[in-house]
Amino acid sequence: MDIKGPNLIKGVHLEGLRKIGNPQERATRYYDEGADELIYMDVVASLYGRNSLVDLVRHATEHIFVPITVGGGVRAVGDVDRLLRVGADKVAVNTAALARPELIEELSRQFGSQCIVLSVEAKQRRDGGWEAYTDNGREHTGRDVVEWVQQAEQLGAGEILLTSIDKEGTRKGMDIALISAVTGVVDIPVIASGGAGTAGHLVAAISEGHADAVAVADMIHFDRTDLRSLRGELEQAGLSLRTPMVEEADA
Amino acid sequence: MPDPVVTILDYGVGNLRSVARAFEVCGAMPRLAETPGQAMQADRLVIPGVGAFRSCVDALRAAGFADVVEQVVSHRERPVLGICVGMQMLLDVSEEFGQQVGLGFVPGKVSRIPSGAGSDDRRKVPHIGWSSLQPPTGASDVSWSGTVLNDTRRGTDVYFVHSFAAVPTLASDVLAVTDYGGHQICAALQRDNLFGVQFHPEKSGLGGLAIVRSFLNL
Repeated sequence: MDIKGPNLIKGVHLEGLRKIGNPQERATRYYDEGADELIYMDVVASLYGRNSLVDLVRHATEHIFVPITVGGGVRAVGDVDRLLRVGADKVAVNTAALARPELIEELSRQFGSQCIVLSVEAKQRRDGGWEAYTDNGREHTGRDVVEWVQQAEQLGAGEILLTSIDKEGTRKGMDIALISAVTGVVDIPVIASGGAGTAGHLVAAISEGHADAVAVADMIHFDRTDLRSLRGELEQAGLSLRTPMVEEADA
Repeated sequence: MPDPVVTILDYGVGNLRSVARAFEVCGAMPRLAETPGQAMQADRLVIPGVGAFRSCVDALRAAGFADVVEQVVSHRERPVLGICVGMQMLLDVSEEFGQQVGLGFVPGKVSRIPSGAGSDDRRKVPHIGWSSLQPPTGASDVSWSGTVLNDTRRGTDVYFVHSFAAVPTLASDVLAVTDYGGHQICAALQRDNLFGVQFHPEKSGLGGLAIVRSFLNL
């Protein structure tokens, strides 16, 4: 869930940002429909130098009992501390870690690798490799994605959230070559994101790209499907998913 | 009947909001205890814990809670629940960063999850994600009734995030396991009124809340 100010938004390929609605309502709906985890990104945080999701996360954890990852504008130990205190389970870093990789080491020492997620925005180069970007694909860094994820793992990142900028918002399928390139070189879990338009795209990311998890936004934000039917399709395709307990089971 | 009161040890490690909130939505009154005096009155005691084993044990001892836990544990009718590192601390020792001494209520040690490097079942460490609860191997007749898993069906998925896991010496202390890439991890343990869960019931959706509720009904 990309957040800008009070709104859940979504980048639509080449058409800029669109408002989806109230993030709180959406989060509750996704939780009820069986989301395994929620990821909140403050998409303008790096621009303003701070993450503004503290209140949103505090409210979310009152009602949502699955893990919550929060990213955007995280630059220092204090930022992570603030987000964990209001109930975030994991914090994602990108821009500040690329500027100063030791940040990953400082954060994982302080809070444990398990709560430090490296967010990677990858864009394909002409030579076929990928470059790491920041600020939602606006700024390039010259860093090679495959090298960067290995360095980040060594510095103590516990998980990688890998987004393909090229595929993001296109609904034309995920960048399987990118996902494979990353899962092939790290031993920490990789969550693949960007480009999913069908259940089949997600299956490919897992079975061919060896992603440990997939993140969806567009598909559910625009009500093209809902998580319940999506989970059903993934199970039919042979993926092993958790079975969310339904309310009736309590009765 | 008044809401059951649950005392959560607050010794300065990690965020206790989610844990407290989970107990609240399950109908309990969570209270954070910052002093041994407050903790001593607990009817039900929860020992949370995140991060490194050593820093948790040190902080717990520094807060004066080690003796309290000992007394509450030995007072058998009062249920105690350790969560994640809060569970690991119940054992004798941990191999995290050398040998670290635990509270020793459950015989056994805490070891790093084997990564299986070089073998066919390579697994990622930390173990992060949803994984299902099963009875320990060779103990398929183990009963979860009257435990924190009273209302939990076999195969229920719960959320784990850890690099180290408890290895109790006695098979009888293991209540549930989870399979992680061919390696069995102790997911829940029990010794009389003392329970420990490696996973996070407060992050495991409705299945997790059912476990919280079972603890309140003990």
